Amino acid sequence: MTISIDPQKTNNESLQPKGWLRYFSFSLDHKVIGIQYLVCGFLFYLIGGTLASAIRIELASPMSDFMPRDVYNQVLTLHGTIMIFLWIVPVVNGAFGNYLIPFYVGARDMAFPRLNAVAFWLIPPSGLMLVASYFVEGAAQAGWTAYPPLSITTPQSGQIIWILSVLLLGGSSIFGGINFIATIIKLRRPGLKLMQLPMYCWAMLGTSLLVVLSTPVLAGTLILLSFDIIANTGFFNPVLGGNVVVYQHLFWFYSHPAVYIMVLPAFGLVSEILPVHARKPLFGYTTMVFSIMGIVVLGLVVWAHHMFTSGTPPWMRLFFTIATAFIAVPTGIKFFNWVATLWGGKISINSAMLFSCGFIINFVFGGITGVALAQVPFDIHVHDTYFVVAHFHYIVYGGTVFIIFSSIYHWFPKVTGKMLNEKLGIFHFIITFIGFNLCFAPQHWLGLNGMPRRVAEYDPQFQFVNQISSLGALLMAISTIPFLINVFLSVRNGKKAGDNPWNALTPEWLTSSPPPVENWEGEAPLVEEPYGYGKKLSEQK
Amino acid sequence: MTTLDSSKEIQKNNSEVNETHEDFRMFGLITFLIADGMTFAGFFAAYLTYKAVNPLPDGAIYELELPIPTLNTILLLVSSATFHKAGKALLKDKNSDSQKWLFFTAFLGIIFLTCQLFEYFHLPFGLTDNLFASTFYALTGFHGLHVTLGTLMILIIAWQSRINGGRLNSQNMFPLEAVELYWHFVDGIWVILFIILYLL
Repeated sequence: MTISIDPQKTNNESLQPKGWLRYFSFSLDHKVIGIQYLVCGFLFYLIGGTLASAIRIELASPMSDFMPRDVYNQVLTLHGTIMIFLWIVPVVNGAFGNYLIPFYVGARDMAFPRLNAVAFWLIPPSGLMLVASYFVEGAAQAGWTAYPPLSITTPQSGQIIWILSVLLLGGSSIFGGINFIATIIKLRRPGLKLMQLPMYCWAMLGTSLLVVLSTPVLAGTLILLSFDIIANTGFFNPVLGGNVVVYQHLFWFYSHPAVYIMVLPAFGLVSEILPVHARKPLFGYTTMVFSIMGIVVLGLVVWAHHMFTSGTPPWMRLFFTIATAFIAVPTGIKFFNWVATLWGGKISINSAMLFSCGFIINFVFGGITGVALAQVPFDIHVHDTYFVVAHFHYIVYGGTVFIIFSSIYHWFPKVTGKMLNEKLGIFHFIITFIGFNLCFAPQHWLGLNGMPRRVAEYDPQFQFVNQISSLGALLMAISTIPFLINVFLSVRNGKKAGDNPWNALTPEWLTSSPPPVENWEGEAPLVEEPYGYGKKLSEQK
Repeated sequence: MTTLDSSKEIQKNNSEVNETHEDFRMFGLITFLIADGMTFAGFFAAYLTYKAVNPLPDGAIYELELPIPTLNTILLLVSSATFHKAGKALLKDKNSDSQKWLFFTAFLGIIFLTCQLFEYFHLPFGLTDNLFASTFYALTGFHGLHVTLGTLMILIIAWQSRINGGRLNSQNMFPLEAVELYWHFVDGIWVILFIILYLL
């Protein structure tokens, strides 16, 4: 059966508000929804960043003097939850995925536009609910992992609001995942083969498979946890005969893939940005595709490496160590492919390129500490210390957030039709890169020397290194200012970008900037070689 | 996809149609059901782990009677067949036949839920008595929630397949097919649940 589509223009003209108001409406346009995700996510990033600054101010001195200990616990819980579920996941999946995927598959919109809008509009209420829980009886205090029995014994209202909020965000994520899978597999333009898709499509396909397979398990787990809190059941309460390790298994069955849900789209985005600014084809397209799918499969069977100190039996430790070490292979392939893409290229040093290179440097650091953490003896030594915090932030901030900024610099001309200021952009990159490394590199040392994470007080011998780290955090906080100034100035009176300022070949650049409502005036172009750089113009199709 | 909700609207705009694409609503539904199945998989995994590593304390009551759940299994399997009949009838545009079969299916769903509640009221243990009891109520309750939603959806499509003013016919089968697939899915989950909860 086939379905006829009427020209969406009629629908949009009659039903959708115009101008900036459409960003506050239940818009069905994938480009509007993408921007909604991005701006909403960025506002939560500012909240999460403020909380991070509060943590670093507290940790500038060994005593708990800036805020009470329970408030510190709430702040770190909110910081983790907001940054993961309201900034990284929605932006790197929802924002860029919604904006770019329909262009890449040659479609006029996502497969299920209404579901798409529903998925976005679940996010602001659950985010506000989460932030507001601080003012009820105190927010959740059990960290973003909400391990029982801690999450059962801390004040209940905050924890329950946290669970509801994460359930809604998980639902939003699943709806988004279903939409991406259907769009990439089913909505491709006739004649466009799977192996001709830009790499971000593959990354989003892999990510969406992980979302669909693992997020529901988290939802089920949190429902059981809420029963423990409200109805006094004993699923995860050892006093009532329950088993806390079952929670950890179920939680990490989602939350380890969640790391790939956060970083795989970044892999895809960097694979789009590097070839454009190095004027070379993406190195090893096929190996990139298989690496992504390899990471998806392996990512589902490594979760217990978070639990080496939870009484896991030796055979389980052996299996999960080996499986985790194996992930370094596809990840390493991708890393070398990016370096090979840059090798001998005609590189333009601009903000997008700098942030992408920053990503490659930070990510290889985080990847190496990740392999180290997979080894049981080492992991037992540094478990729950600042070494883990450093590793995690190298992947998620040094990796994904750098790519979010790189992507904003790369696609801003397409979205707004204006260029961003390069000088401010390079300044933004320099202080972000210095601040980030100053903040998190010393934390490896702190962790190796035994400073535990998630505690407001620490041994005075760590004070100097913690102050270096806090100085780095201050630089990171400051780095947001040139970025915001840049965006506001450029939206108002930036240089006109034209349709294709980077001379890129991927399909989104083959339409006007900003693109029209249905993406293309006529038929969608067939791009068979999205990375066909470095050829003579006559050879290009 | 913007006018899928109403076949009339599609006809109205037929003159302006400029593109067609394959109907992938079923594809989306299957993806969703895989996700939903993973929720159950998580619950089953938790239950089996508890069974393997968490022995119940002495004197804990965890006896289950087989007659009611067996009857329930038969009810759901029969309801899958009657739903299939409804689909066949609608395919031949026999709306009233289809409606009868749908109401019968919904009726079986309601009987299932009644039996389930009857079992709840007559079990010798409550939600918080022991780990087995909690897991039992969580699993069957979550499944019962699915049956409730399914029954409501069957009643809605039964209403929509009425002869005068109904939207369902052999040209517009998707709502019926979607609910049918969901109903078979819920049946399949019940069979797995019956085996690991009552028989193992």
